[in-house]
Amino acid sequence: MKIHEYQAKNILKKYGVAVPRGEMVESRDAAEAAARKLFEAGATGVVVKAQIHAGGRGKGGGVKIAKSVAEAAELAGKILGMTLVTHQTGPEGRVVRRLLIEETLPIEKELYLGIVIDRAQARPVFMASAAGGMEIEQVAADNPAAILREYIDPGMGLEAFQARKIAFALGLKAPQINPAVQFMTGLYRAFEETDSSLMEINPFITCTDGRLFALDAKMNFDDNTIFRHPELRELRDVTEEDPLEVEASKYNLNYIKLDGNVGCMVNGAGLAMATMDIIKYAGGMPANFLDVGGGANAEQVTHAFEILLSDKNVKAVLINIFGGILRVDTLATGVVEAARKTHIQLPIVLRLEGTNVEAGREILKQSGLNFIVAETMKDAADKVVAAAKA
Amino acid sequence: MSILVNKSTRVIVQGLTGREGTFHAKACAEYGTQIVGGVTPGKGGTTHEGWPIFNTVQEAVNQTAADTSVIFVPPPFAADAIMEAADAELELIVCITEGIPTLDMVRAWEFLQNRRSRLIGPNCPGIISPGHCKIGIMPARIHKEGSVGIVSRSGTLTYEAVYQLTTRGIGQSTAIGIGGDPIIGTNFLDALELFNRDPQTEAVVMIGEIGGNAEETAAEYVKTHMKKPVVGFIAGQTAPPGRRMGHAGAIISGGKGTAAEKIKAMEAAGIRVAKSPAEIGETVAAVMGMKV
Repeated sequence: MKIHEYQAKNILKKYGVAVPRGEMVESRDAAEAAARKLFEAGATGVVVKAQIHAGGRGKGGGVKIAKSVAEAAELAGKILGMTLVTHQTGPEGRVVRRLLIEETLPIEKELYLGIVIDRAQARPVFMASAAGGMEIEQVAADNPAAILREYIDPGMGLEAFQARKIAFALGLKAPQINPAVQFMTGLYRAFEETDSSLMEINPFITCTDGRLFALDAKMNFDDNTIFRHPELRELRDVTEEDPLEVEASKYNLNYIKLDGNVGCMVNGAGLAMATMDIIKYAGGMPANFLDVGGGANAEQVTHAFEILLSDKNVKAVLINIFGGILRVDTLATGVVEAARKTHIQLPIVLRLEGTNVEAGREILKQSGLNFIVAETMKDAADKVVAAAKA
Repeated sequence: MSILVNKSTRVIVQGLTGREGTFHAKACAEYGTQIVGGVTPGKGGTTHEGWPIFNTVQEAVNQTAADTSVIFVPPPFAADAIMEAADAELELIVCITEGIPTLDMVRAWEFLQNRRSRLIGPNCPGIISPGHCKIGIMPARIHKEGSVGIVSRSGTLTYEAVYQLTTRGIGQSTAIGIGGDPIIGTNFLDALELFNRDPQTEAVVMIGEIGGNAEETAAEYVKTHMKKPVVGFIAGQTAPPGRRMGHAGAIISGGKGTAAEKIKAMEAAGIRVAKSPAEIGETVAAVMGMKV
């Protein structure tokens, strides 16, 4: 689960991580009031930052500096409601609904801090680099030695000596070392206690007066831990997500919208990916990834169908089920119900295999509906691609 | 021979009294697997479907001489169940549960270091040595005893591969689902080492997917040590970057973990990579010198 920068900063503040003074606003008037408050408190400028779940906001024109209250209000008016296109949003972009109004700071250096799970080491790794402001992937590609890494012992957390090593290696000055240790250990505690899967402070800045701040903050949470963090569930902003994906998540369906016209419904993530691949191999393009899971029931299959068909690009549907836990007759019942309920006109190619497959095929035959039955995955892909082109 | 499990494997089920646990324990027992008991804290001393239930894994091991556990415990408690099984010194722990918090698995993984237990999974279909022993949720009837080892991050895609082999008359020595999570116990490399040493196994199918670099690491091993032909497939050739494709571990992040990179590394190691998932069976037949 992703959250906004302002939400991440609010969390980090509780862990003693220094963030610039600021406020989230949703209107021009509120932006003006927030800017006035900052200027009255001594800020020499404010930055108006679009809050969307994507990086590259500055380059896309979603981050601007204002030198006066009036200018802040004007910029806020322009950015609110704009469709911000960055390299991470895709060409359709995202509508800006929220802004963070923040004090500007006298930046001396821009550094990078991040925490992710290292899969091979099976533990979190704290990363730092002196090349702040750049994407860490770029740094890793150009100059991997420039990234400092401290692996975290799961029973211990980020120890002060590890944070100190990083602080010295980043070239911080002696009086900055202890605040930096507090900053970094606070970051790790926040990562662990919120069950984050990723945290990035890019840039982590030093100021000309020596202070340290998280100028930007990105946090993603492990979706599997939301059960133990009811307070974090509140931070979800569904307007940042695809409406069909939000709908699918209500029924525990794994749906990801793609650009093609062949809708697919599959059980199991690996088989679902392989089904997308074989559609492409057969000369078509998948319209989505949809994993109904191992234990899907007829009702879930009906919902899955409705979601698939809400994508108006879909010209034909491929259902590829290898029933292990999910019995094929259960699936067939769901498909028939859904096809009746939605009055589907599109061609549907079915490839079913596994537990109770004979009963499942019989249900389809008895339904009187016009399904195209395929024997193998290749056969299914060829048939559905042909149907989508017809 | 097969790897890791056979007719003498004695299995307890953690979470036996739950719906999934009961259903699959019965299916495994029907296949011939020696299911010797179950663990459900608080229900110790009772019986369930004829099996004795214990409060702790240690108690179950003491009473039944089990050497293996299969876990059907819900995600919030599953990492703890893994550690309990490792503490009781079981040889093999198969964790089926999907959705375990990653940081819980970090702790469990650390706990397993310097202990004798091998973990398979989590978020996996389990392991089967056809004709001998099935510990997991895979449909038994598609398997056939034989000489091809299978190791895969996926469940249903493994069934697809097995089915393609069986319909061609090619049997399997052991099929292991290693799981779709970012942090897992047994990885490709471990499974390949075991298959390399197993006299029954003549060829290995390795089914990977986007995310991480376990396939690349395994390819290095194949290049330098593998004495048997390896056929590969990577799912997610059309997956968009930055999106988690169903499995927690199936994500291209920062341009890394793409199918193209993995296929390249595997081909460079001499692995015959099937481009289409429909070609896994025929590729195996080809490397085994059979008529395609």
